[in-house]
Amino acid sequence: MTDATTDTNGMALAADGTPLKKRLGQALFRSKMRALGLATPLLLLIFFCFLVPIIIFLIRGVHNDTFEVHMPAVSVELAQWDTTSEPTEAMYAALAADLVLAKETKTIGKVASRVNRELSGTRSLFTKSARKAKKLEAPYKDALIGVSKKWADIEVWKALKVSAKSWTPAYLASAVDLKYNADGSFERKSEERRIHLQLFVRTLEISVIVTVMGLLLGYPVAFLLSTLPARTSNLLLILVLLPFWTSLLVRTTAWIAMLQSQGVLNDLFVIFGLATDEDRFSLIYNKTGTLIAMTHILLPFMILPLYSVMKTIPPTYVRAAKSMGATDWTAFWRVYFPQSIPGIGAGGILVFILAISFYITPALVGGEDGTMISNFIDFHMRKSLNWSLAAAMGGVLLTIVLFLYYIYDKVVGIDNMKLG
Amino acid sequence: MAATISGDGSVVFDRVQKSYDGEVLVVKDLNLKIDKGEFVTMLGPSGSGKSTCLMMLAGFETATHGDILLGGRPINNIPPHKRGIGMVFQNYALFPHMTVGENLSFPLEVRKMGKDEREAKVKRALDMVQMGDFIDRRPAQLSGGQQQRIALARALVFDAELVLMDEPLGALDKQLREHMQYEIKHIHENLGITVVYVTHDQSEALTMSDRVAVFDDGIIQQLSTPEALYERPENAFVAQFIGENNTLSGVVQAIKGDAATIKLDDGTVTEALAVKCGDVGNRTTLSIRPERVTVGGNKTKNSTDAKVLELIYLGDHIRCRMNVHGNEDFIVKVPNSAGHTHLQAGETTTVSWGKEDCRALDA
Repeated sequence: MTDATTDTNGMALAADGTPLKKRLGQALFRSKMRALGLATPLLLLIFFCFLVPIIIFLIRGVHNDTFEVHMPAVSVELAQWDTTSEPTEAMYAALAADLVLAKETKTIGKVASRVNRELSGTRSLFTKSARKAKKLEAPYKDALIGVSKKWADIEVWKALKVSAKSWTPAYLASAVDLKYNADGSFERKSEERRIHLQLFVRTLEISVIVTVMGLLLGYPVAFLLSTLPARTSNLLLILVLLPFWTSLLVRTTAWIAMLQSQGVLNDLFVIFGLATDEDRFSLIYNKTGTLIAMTHILLPFMILPLYSVMKTIPPTYVRAAKSMGATDWTAFWRVYFPQSIPGIGAGGILVFILAISFYITPALVGGEDGTMISNFIDFHMRKSLNWSLAAAMGGVLLTIVLFLYYIYDKVVGIDNMKLG
Repeated sequence: MAATISGDGSVVFDRVQKSYDGEVLVVKDLNLKIDKGEFVTMLGPSGSGKSTCLMMLAGFETATHGDILLGGRPINNIPPHKRGIGMVFQNYALFPHMTVGENLSFPLEVRKMGKDEREAKVKRALDMVQMGDFIDRRPAQLSGGQQQRIALARALVFDAELVLMDEPLGALDKQLREHMQYEIKHIHENLGITVVYVTHDQSEALTMSDRVAVFDDGIIQQLSTPEALYERPENAFVAQFIGENNTLSGVVQAIKGDAATIKLDDGTVTEALAVKCGDVGNRTTLSIRPERVTVGGNKTKNSTDAKVLELIYLGDHIRCRMNVHGNEDFIVKVPNSAGHTHLQAGETTTVSWGKEDCRALDA
């Protein structure tokens, strides 16, 4: 083999004198373009149907312009207001003008619910005032206070100021049980309104327990699968995969039949005298139910990566360890287990991430103390229609997951993860 | 070291049988006595039962029938980790998550040896295989030959009296394999340990062993020194399996002492050494080594005409394929010495061999 000829700068040249790098680039261009062309539909799909919606929705968590769009005049006035001095006549005049506008464009309802989220009890104030706004005359301050005394309350105006800010950390703050004040400060919400942090903690707790339980239950199964002869292990693998072919809903409701107080398990407990007929175990519609059902449903996601990693560990390693004098346990713990860690990492992170956003199962069997953050996000999406708060909670959840992923990378190393 | 029971390293297989499925015997009636300090190779084609024997000795398979004795004690019921046998595996089985030093230290740690003693022993074992500089490397950073040395050092580091090797050189290229053969042989001589070596490579077996056990079909076909195995094969399988071999088949006409008169299939009658040809009237296979055949020269009783079919130039000798007594694959090696006979393809010449070099074996 001879080296390619080089030019004065030491660049390798092809036979016709053009730089070798350029020639190589040209030669590879077609195949690169073809590969890109094949991947383009998928990339477009991911971009428009996955990334863009997520980004748009996450933006909702920090951006809500309902008030600013529908109440333009008073928004300008509120931006200049220092939140401590008395509201001026100009602010009342702008408010009255905007109320007329909102009434005409029939957007007063949207505005009212927006402000109502900042200060409850203001919805009727808005609808009532808007009805009478057209007949109001200057001075507007007295006229509006005449409609309702609440307009004299500075707290109402503070709520207006918070609502008037389109880019706002209010929802994110609310998602972690903080209150965003009109003057830009944060404070903790009153005791009885702190529900989100507790819910995040519970979600993490349930996810961790489900992951650990899945590991404890799945490891021996995966080990068995990887050591049995192919025919038996294929049969067992089908049993592991069987739940995948059954609807999630069916699997969850099956657990209801199993675990409810008049269910199969409790009946067995009564028969064997482990519980009395009057005092049956409450295994469902609480955290226990969520844990049992989720562990079962997520178990295959633990077993499969473990199995595929264990299958690649040759049995000679354990034999070698034994031939050197290691007992069964030492051979397992010092030689086999360390080599199965990539599978534990992959299975663990897969189950954990699926568990942290689990929704249907906790909704059906979770009851009061077994619901998770996703059930609350759903509540805000469909019931309270507070999409911005839902987006903010989703954003917090996403941040937690990414942070844990980062920690995992630092401690275990993402390269150490193997799916087979 | 209370855990080791390998004793003086002698091994006895006493009427050992092994079956996996209860129908077929993989090992049929194995009797083998290996002395302390001996290098015994189990040689045979794949599926001949040699690896199974090694695994029974190591304790990873249990004998279906019979006793295996180690240092005079039966070990059938002793688990592998208490046998104190060093073992080198086919693919080395070096633990990938440990460094070379940790790999070697492992058998010493499980024996609860102190740190200083461990380090001294690891260093000594690594120096023995000239790998002292690699103590902090991971197995994946080593070449095949280096990994093989580490595997060897690991099997020796805890001073086992008996070391088993299961085709340890199978994954190496030819040149390295030959080099390692000598190295293993020298280590064996220096340490005085007993080695049981399994291979399917006959030249490896001949190079290294004190004695070779040729396995086929679950039984030992012949157990003898490399020299005897090559020069005096006791049956057709051994003759065919070890080295190159020309065969002629025929029927025994008469036997007188150790001389047999054989009528070959083409009708000619020849004389051979009766080894395992049975009685008069039996079919027999005559085995003649290619290098024991002389080309040209005077006609003797065992001379015959041969037609040269093909010549292959191999440098030190010329391989000549001939038609002898109807066998078209009869090989003769003509040494490339000064003034040797120059043959031409197509010519007819005379070949002859000594009576004692033509062994009448089983058909």
